[in-house]
Amino acid sequence: MTTHTKPPVTPAKTPPRRRAPRRRRISGLHLYTLVLIAWLLLPIAIMILFGFNDTRSKQNFEWQGFTLRWYAHLFDKSDLTAAVVNSLTIALLSTLITTVIGTFAGLALGRYRFRGKGSTNLVLFMAISCPEIVMGASLLSMFVTFNLPRGYLTILLAHVMFSIAFVAVTVRARVVGLDPAVEEAAQDLGAGPWTRFRLVTLPMIMPGVLAGALLAFVLSIDDFVITNFTSGATVTFPLWIYGSTRTGTPPQVNVMGTLIFAVGVLIAVVSARRSARARR
Amino acid sequence: MGGVRGRLAPYLMILPGGLWLAAFFLVPLVLMVSLSLQTGNLIDGFQQTLHWQNYTDGLSTYGDKFVRSLWYGLLATVACIALAYPAAYWIAFRGGRAKSTYLFLLLLPYFVSFILRTVSWKLVLTDNGPILGPLRDHGVLPEDFHVLDTGVAVVSGLAYNFLPFMVLPIYVALERIDPRVVEAAYDLYASRAQAFLRVILPLSLPGVFAGVIMTFVPVSSDYVNAEVLGGPQNTMIGNVIQTEYFNNSAYPTASALSFALMAILLVGIFAYARTLGTQDVLEAAGR
Repeated sequence: MTTHTKPPVTPAKTPPRRRAPRRRRISGLHLYTLVLIAWLLLPIAIMILFGFNDTRSKQNFEWQGFTLRWYAHLFDKSDLTAAVVNSLTIALLSTLITTVIGTFAGLALGRYRFRGKGSTNLVLFMAISCPEIVMGASLLSMFVTFNLPRGYLTILLAHVMFSIAFVAVTVRARVVGLDPAVEEAAQDLGAGPWTRFRLVTLPMIMPGVLAGALLAFVLSIDDFVITNFTSGATVTFPLWIYGSTRTGTPPQVNVMGTLIFAVGVLIAVVSARRSARARR
Repeated sequence: MGGVRGRLAPYLMILPGGLWLAAFFLVPLVLMVSLSLQTGNLIDGFQQTLHWQNYTDGLSTYGDKFVRSLWYGLLATVACIALAYPAAYWIAFRGGRAKSTYLFLLLLPYFVSFILRTVSWKLVLTDNGPILGPLRDHGVLPEDFHVLDTGVAVVSGLAYNFLPFMVLPIYVALERIDPRVVEAAYDLYASRAQAFLRVILPLSLPGVFAGVIMTFVPVSSDYVNAEVLGGPQNTMIGNVIQTEYFNNSAYPTASALSFALMAILLVGIFAYARTLGTQDVLEAAGR
């Protein structure tokens, strides 16, 4: 639109100057957004900070000086370490199972018309909007009725259950946006169903599958309510923290939280960078 | 498609997920309803009575907890809309190249466990904690000021924990609005307020609706915030259900309360969908 000859340099410079008065008018909302973000991050900052707190008592809410002691003694509480390991392995297993099952469900819902599609959609909607406590309570009712011992396996069964709908919906959204002509072309070129799926369909829906997998992992590792009802004597990271709120949460919990936070943010930033580069 | 195999394909693809959901979602719900109509206890066993007694007893005993749950849920949801809308609006229309960065920052809390977030929020609200403690020592706050163990603490915790669930759907709805539609409103001499009230706001309502579903249900059935932040005076129905299951082993009563909670929330959502005129509830929330 502009008459400048070097677009990469000049447009970046000129518009802000021209739009300056308009910018000032909207800065209220901008400021508000920043304050909101600060509010959301405040408890996270406190969590990180209190992982460095040189506390002597069981309570960890008064700042008593800086220390790296808790990072050095991260694995001192063996039951906490075991809980974190439980959380991680359950999250990985449930993500693996859910992604496979949910992807096929999402494909079926996004691509085909079939009898029972409407009721399947309704069940998915129910599974997404059902209160967690009702899911947990009903699973507990079932395990009690059938005298099933609760533990690692029942947690895993439950986590796969509540993640399936999210993965299916995520994949379905991706499938609906695809052009069916591409697959038909593959078929015309002689590709069998499996080859077609592996070489054409799967790569196209991969972003949806990955997003679903990430969602399933996050839902699983963070879940407290349903896990609480299905866990029996098995303890996961959230359950351990909850149990510690009565007696005092040790700083190791803050350190674990900080490390998980850091790793999560790192993965998210790296994958965002990568997909941005891939788009270019 | 390839004949019988092609016709069977969708059923084979839906089967594993469908069976899993049937076995661990639908069957448990049915069993819970059945259990809610039984009487008895863990030692002597339960008996099917098909009487509504557990419901009438449960609702009359814990009616106030139900009301408080819905009230806290409503307050937290309204707070979420009020807090989320302006930010989602700014990011969608003025975020420019930094849009995804802002969204990422809003989602950062989700990289920390829900429980840990709530515990950290408790630290913010604790009387002698790192925030309120110094404020009171310097006389900014009165000596007898405290938030913890009040309803305000619970609602603030709920709003804090579920805010991103409101921001995202509203942002998506606003982002989808064609800027030319808004420009058309200005061309037709709409003021900024008119353009917002009569064009942008109605077009963003499906997003608000999806956000309400995604926050109101989990917020009003949550019991962690009430437990950690509210103390014994501000318990919600979730706390009752949890106690009935774990401490009293009163499974029939707990089942009746759980099912009643789900029924109330679902009726609420569908009534809300009708008054708002959103025809397809599935579309709005399943997105």
